[in-house]
Amino acid sequence: MAKLNLGDKAVPFSLLGVDDQAYAFDDYADLIRVVIFSCNHCPYVRAWEDRMIRIQADYADRGIRFLVINANDAVKYTNDSFPRMQERAREKSFNFPYLYDETQEVARAYGAERTPEVFLFDQQGILRYHGTIDDNYDDPAAVRRHYLREALDAVLVGSLPPTAETQPVGCTIKWK
Amino acid sequence: MQIELLYFEDCPSHEAALARLREVLAEEGVPATVTVITVETEEQAQRLRFTGSPTILINGYDIDPPPSDAMYVLTCRAYHLPDGRISPLPSAEMIRSALRRATRT
Repeated sequence: MAKLNLGDKAVPFSLLGVDDQAYAFDDYADLIRVVIFSCNHCPYVRAWEDRMIRIQADYADRGIRFLVINANDAVKYTNDSFPRMQERAREKSFNFPYLYDETQEVARAYGAERTPEVFLFDQQGILRYHGTIDDNYDDPAAVRRHYLREALDAVLVGSLPPTAETQPVGCTIKWK
Repeated sequence: MQIELLYFEDCPSHEAALARLREVLAEEGVPATVTVITVETEEQAQRLRFTGSPTILINGYDIDPPPSDAMYVLTCRAYHLPDGRISPLPSAEMIRSALRRATRT
């Protein structure tokens, strides 16, 4: 499996969103893009989901765009099917495109393994942070390191993140 | 008292769940041994009636009984916390309540 390393250029993609519109990585050229591999069923995603929504909201007017991708095999995990993705996006009022990587090609190209797993690209499409959202899936009030927020703050001012890579924590991507 | 923790390797919260379980056992003064069981195949999940990782059984009873239509599969388990959050870990209170119920019976 290919794997993006820090400093690599993003692998462009175009995927169908839950609103039946296609979204491409390059649609947001010149923005900081946060690609998150996610899904519906995983409890780690559920635990972090509100924080994902909150971070996107907090940074939306600062040129940051989340692109959230579900690549799970929906045959084995029916809760991750496209119609269930549409339901979940409505229930949670997602403020980011929720995209379906049905062929799993994007997840494989990125070398993603877990949900959630974050890839943060700067305005030039260079990978600047990879890993987890923060250091506590269980309790948002007990978070000590807000890795994604710290990385966003750094990239926004043209610096490198204080921690550029962490171990993604979550369910494994369900491959076909 | 028989205590079992069943887990599926792909779900990383099992070590934290075991630590939390042992902590509650110590706080409650229950000198129980925890049997840790790895669930590796779908067949094993069916046989053990495993609805997700981690699962804690006290005297054979799930500390957070799953719904009757729950599937027996290799998956990570979602625990619904009293404040509405979802966590891959059972809360200490959930473990403590189940333990106290078991010691009363």
